[in-house]
Amino acid sequence: MKQVKNILLVGVGGQGTILASKILSAGLIEAGYDVKMSEIHGMSQRGGNVSTQIRFGEKVYSPIIGKGEADLIVAFEKMEALRWIEYLKEGGKVVINDVEIPSVPIQLGKVEYPQGILEELSNKATTYIFKATEIAEKLGNPKTMNIVLLGALVKAIELPDIDWKKIIRDHVKPGYAQINEMAFQTGQSQV
Amino acid sequence: MKQLLTGNEAIARGAYEAGLVFASAYPGTPSTEILENLANYKKELYCEWAPNEKVALEAAMGASIAGVRSLAAMKHVGVNVAADPLFTAAYTGVTGGFVLVTADDPGMHSSQNEQDSRNYATAAKVLMLEPSDSKEAKEFTKLAFILSEKFDTPVMLRVTTRICHSKSLVDLEERVDKVSIPYERNIAKYVATPANGKVLRRKLIERLAAMEEYSDQAEINAVQYNSNEIGVISAGVAYQYAREVFGDDVSYLKLGMTYPMPMGLIREFASKVKKLYVVEEMDPYIENHVKMAGIDCIGKSIIPEMDELNPDIIRKAVFNIENKTIQTMKEAIVRPPTLCAGCPHRAFFYVLGKKKNLMITGDIGCYTLGSSPPLSAMDTCICMGASISVGHGAKKAFEQTGVDRKVVSVIGDSTFFHSGVTGLMDVVYNKGNSLTVILDNRTTGMTGHQDNPGTDYTLMGESTSQVNIPLLCKAVGIKEDNIYTINPLKLEETSKILDEALAKNEPAVVITRWPCAIKKFSDRDKAEFDLKPKKYIINQEKCTGCRTCIRTGCPAIYSGKKIVINPETCIGCSVCKQVCPFDAIEQEG
Repeated sequence: MKQVKNILLVGVGGQGTILASKILSAGLIEAGYDVKMSEIHGMSQRGGNVSTQIRFGEKVYSPIIGKGEADLIVAFEKMEALRWIEYLKEGGKVVINDVEIPSVPIQLGKVEYPQGILEELSNKATTYIFKATEIAEKLGNPKTMNIVLLGALVKAIELPDIDWKKIIRDHVKPGYAQINEMAFQTGQSQV
Repeated sequence: MKQLLTGNEAIARGAYEAGLVFASAYPGTPSTEILENLANYKKELYCEWAPNEKVALEAAMGASIAGVRSLAAMKHVGVNVAADPLFTAAYTGVTGGFVLVTADDPGMHSSQNEQDSRNYATAAKVLMLEPSDSKEAKEFTKLAFILSEKFDTPVMLRVTTRICHSKSLVDLEERVDKVSIPYERNIAKYVATPANGKVLRRKLIERLAAMEEYSDQAEINAVQYNSNEIGVISAGVAYQYAREVFGDDVSYLKLGMTYPMPMGLIREFASKVKKLYVVEEMDPYIENHVKMAGIDCIGKSIIPEMDELNPDIIRKAVFNIENKTIQTMKEAIVRPPTLCAGCPHRAFFYVLGKKKNLMITGDIGCYTLGSSPPLSAMDTCICMGASISVGHGAKKAFEQTGVDRKVVSVIGDSTFFHSGVTGLMDVVYNKGNSLTVILDNRTTGMTGHQDNPGTDYTLMGESTSQVNIPLLCKAVGIKEDNIYTINPLKLEETSKILDEALAKNEPAVVITRWPCAIKKFSDRDKAEFDLKPKKYIINQEKCTGCRTCIRTGCPAIYSGKKIVINPETCIGCSVCKQVCPFDAIEQEG
């Protein structure tokens, strides 16, 4: 792959974006790509928004993605999809977990959670919208929401030739391998 | 074997492979994980958390003088704290290789300022290397030890947030056997009296000349000639951005060693291109060196000297090209960081914020978030340890000018050990009259739960003795009757004790002692505190929607049509229950 591909994972602190990006990058390395990944730590642990940027291809220079450059945005929360949509490339795709996590100004009642995000984004980009949190709950572990989204990501960016099952097994505790594999498959079927 | 490592992991690996024996640091974003990762090699080396960066640098210097390879790591503002020993270490030089890692934070992701530490290299006259990705972070760390010994100088490895926290592929290699140079007393070298200092000063200038000669030939200052039209000089992560934007058709001078600068190489490169750009983050550091040599270049006239750079900014600045982006009608609401659900600091600031006629001087840590709405209970935050001394000065000024206002200085446990205790000495010694509150949450919270002299463990994972904070305050001179230790989660008691302490006409200390809600509890924590998780729920029949609970700012409480508590995040601190005027919040089960 001569052309470098750019993926942006965005969400709220504590949603498991970091594990998802770890598994993704492990798969990409195994497939022989040059990979760079950038995260912002620090204050994000305290409920702020979090972003992980992943770039892969034959040779990658910058670890960060510019506006209008992401081939795929995976938003773990829907307002975060809105926040980062400027980063999407023309013709890029957006996977959105249909869940609302209000931020402090919203909780305090100073502003309202923006309405109609999904409609607007669907009109302007190729979107895959589903309730990953509910899917994970139904599977029996709400924490596998990140793996549901990872499944959708892998399908949307078209990376089928990687043994994702094995890579997931390598990254989760043995007792959780099966449920995570199921979460991954269910996520794939959403795209 | 190739691994995807962050810059911080790569620096730790590089130090390990270089045969490092001793490392010390004070945690600070984005540098913290360097020592955390070194601790993974603790069977073969020693590493520790120091109470502050000055101590870390001095301890690492001591290890170097004793003959081993040593490292100190800190964030950019930590170098300010450690600057005193650094400037003299540049004079004395080293025995074992000695590396100072400074991690700058352009864009202030998690810092109070955006200073460019490269200026320290020129000011202190120490050799400086700047890696541009994780592979180089590891290689340059290893090279730094070699150069430190070769030129008898401390070496500064300067990185930035995007180097520290970005991952790229790194080849792992074996560790070289740790080297120990036999110790010999060398008074002329290591006792920096004025007489010795004068000699050392001259030697430093000679060393600089040798280092500059090396810089001109160093492999890590690399030229790629692709064009004689455009040339780009860059270093660090800015090089990666420049490479992305300018592509394969321009010439590059990529600097890995940025002090002393390879001026011969720069002159040669500049002479071979028609137009010369300097692409760097923050200060015009490289640009100034280039211009001082009489070479014309384009740098900060188009590239911003503040905030973090990225390829977009450079592309717009140089080529006036912007990528097409999707614009939306709606805007995302800001998502500022907040104190966690169950955080003991929230309880304290909720109570403190109700007190009138106060000046609250704050400090660096999670609890700086006490300044954010809805708590908004803080007037100042300057730097590590400043709360107590700033509060002292302010109170003296109020007294001198007849202003009737009380001062409360708020500081965390780790920050108190870092440099707050000297401020408290100032208060006592100079007959101050401010109230100091030490928020002891049994860890260094903000940077991700590092142990400190007040917790139970060392970085090596060994059990150790703790600083006794009340006893320390007493030793400083605070009267025993003026030292209070409280559980901040009990709001009424906290309020009562604050009133009592504020009524004293002499220095007083309140210690709020309760563990961080998200730390991994130690056995001692479990023995001392009731940490069994509980859940609270809102009885919707009793709830009148008055929103008092919302005004605690707890992220577990959601207000929509109804006010509800998220059972996933509530840990049962009971603060909302205590503030509810209608008794509508109940413990579940």
